[in-house]
Amino acid sequence: MSQYSEKVMDHFANPRNVGEIENADGIGKVGNAVCGDIMNLYLRVENNIITDAKFKTFGCGAAIATSSMVTELVKGKTIDEALAITNRAVAEALGGLPPIKMHCSVLAEEALQSAIDDYLKKQRDKA
Amino acid sequence: MKPVYFDYAATTPCDPEVVAAMLPYFSDRFGNPGSMHAFGQKTKGAVEEAREGIAAFLGADSGEIVFTSGGTESNNMAVKGAAYARRGKGNHIITSQIEHHAVLEPCHFLEKEGFEVTILPVDGDGRVDPDDVRRAITDKTILISIMHANNEIGTIQPIAEIGKMARERGVYFHTDAVQTLGHLPFTVNDLNVDLLSASAHKLYGPKGVGLLYVRKGTRLTPFMHGGEQENKRRASTHNVPGIIGFGKAVEMAQGSLEKEVRDLIAWRDKLIRGFQEKIDQVKLNGDPTRRLPNNVNISIAHVEGEGMLLSLDMLGIACSTGSACSSASLAPSHVLMAIGLPHELAHGSLRFSMGRPTTAADVDRLLEVLPPVVAKLRAMSPLYHKT
Repeated sequence: MSQYSEKVMDHFANPRNVGEIENADGIGKVGNAVCGDIMNLYLRVENNIITDAKFKTFGCGAAIATSSMVTELVKGKTIDEALAITNRAVAEALGGLPPIKMHCSVLAEEALQSAIDDYLKKQRDKA
Repeated sequence: MKPVYFDYAATTPCDPEVVAAMLPYFSDRFGNPGSMHAFGQKTKGAVEEAREGIAAFLGADSGEIVFTSGGTESNNMAVKGAAYARRGKGNHIITSQIEHHAVLEPCHFLEKEGFEVTILPVDGDGRVDPDDVRRAITDKTILISIMHANNEIGTIQPIAEIGKMARERGVYFHTDAVQTLGHLPFTVNDLNVDLLSASAHKLYGPKGVGLLYVRKGTRLTPFMHGGEQENKRRASTHNVPGIIGFGKAVEMAQGSLEKEVRDLIAWRDKLIRGFQEKIDQVKLNGDPTRRLPNNVNISIAHVEGEGMLLSLDMLGIACSTGSACSSASLAPSHVLMAIGLPHELAHGSLRFSMGRPTTAADVDRLLEVLPPVVAKLRAMSPLYHKT
């Protein structure tokens, strides 16, 4: 379908980092079935650096592609660097999204924020 | 591998014989049927011949067929035309939740003009209960519009029964038969309708031409003004090639209808059974037996329709979905909501519609291709757990 860029189609057809991380350091779960997109994001964090990220997503082609892209973007980033990743950055990395699908990139940003919040909360609880 | 089309309910390819019948009317026989000279009279004769053929197929008189630009215009003309023409008699219209937007939107427009509209619910299979129609009729009711068969879930409505009731109460009865003309055997008298919409491109005719059957004596306020065509019911120079093509398409349907219905029902039921055997947590949407021969609509739990549609498209299979993610409004199909599907299942719906060119091999290929597509997407889905 021509509404999506080649990059979106690539990440939809060959999504990177599908799955869950056991005992993940941070987990973000956003979206709901009513809106049609549910995104779960799992992070492994070592010494303040995100060393692994995986996702599971129920949603359209754009939702799967943005999930895949956000996991790629955060790997190797510090927590502060990851927090600075915006939905626009995810969309741009995918070569753009149709305007009606921009909300999928927002969901990816929210999933990331939520996973990092979860990580920071767990750190605080430990301390 | 050659791509396979499973979206005949959206549109069909123009049959080569239809195209051949149309071609002379673009150039050689270009006259305006409204002209008195020989050029005009030649095309007028051809238009009237097409009209007679289609009327005969519908069991109607040729004077009862109004050519339009398609199903949407026919539905608009029927609903708004009848409402305005009978305004002195009442202001109440009855329709159903699962109508095409080309009926529902004109009804909503009329609400703003002071008409009252009752929108009847449907059961879980998408059927309108004739008793609900009976109860909804008041002294003010001037029009009932219920579609013959639903375009998304394929459910066939009890039109004859509703029509009989409407006639007894002196209420005009319109049906949207866009999905059924040339696909199911019927006449306008079988259905007890006063108004019936159809479109050529759903039965291997060209796009841009349709018809409204208007039973003799049925009053309609025209909304195309500026000419005397179609007995002053619709001004505009005739779409001559389109009408000729429509006539040819109906003639061809007449010849092949019986065999097509038989083949398609066998394949439809094979697909439904096959999906249910090969994929867990699949639900058939629409009535299992009182449904269009060419329609399979299923919801697959825990996966989203657009994802399946895109994956199938990459594998050369074209279908459609009622998922919100594929629509501009981001709202799931109103039809799937009306049959009470939870949002998640509405998002996971796929419609496969077959047609005259469909083969047994196409059906087998679809049965092979869909299960791994579903498995791949379910592996990504946080919702899926094998039962």
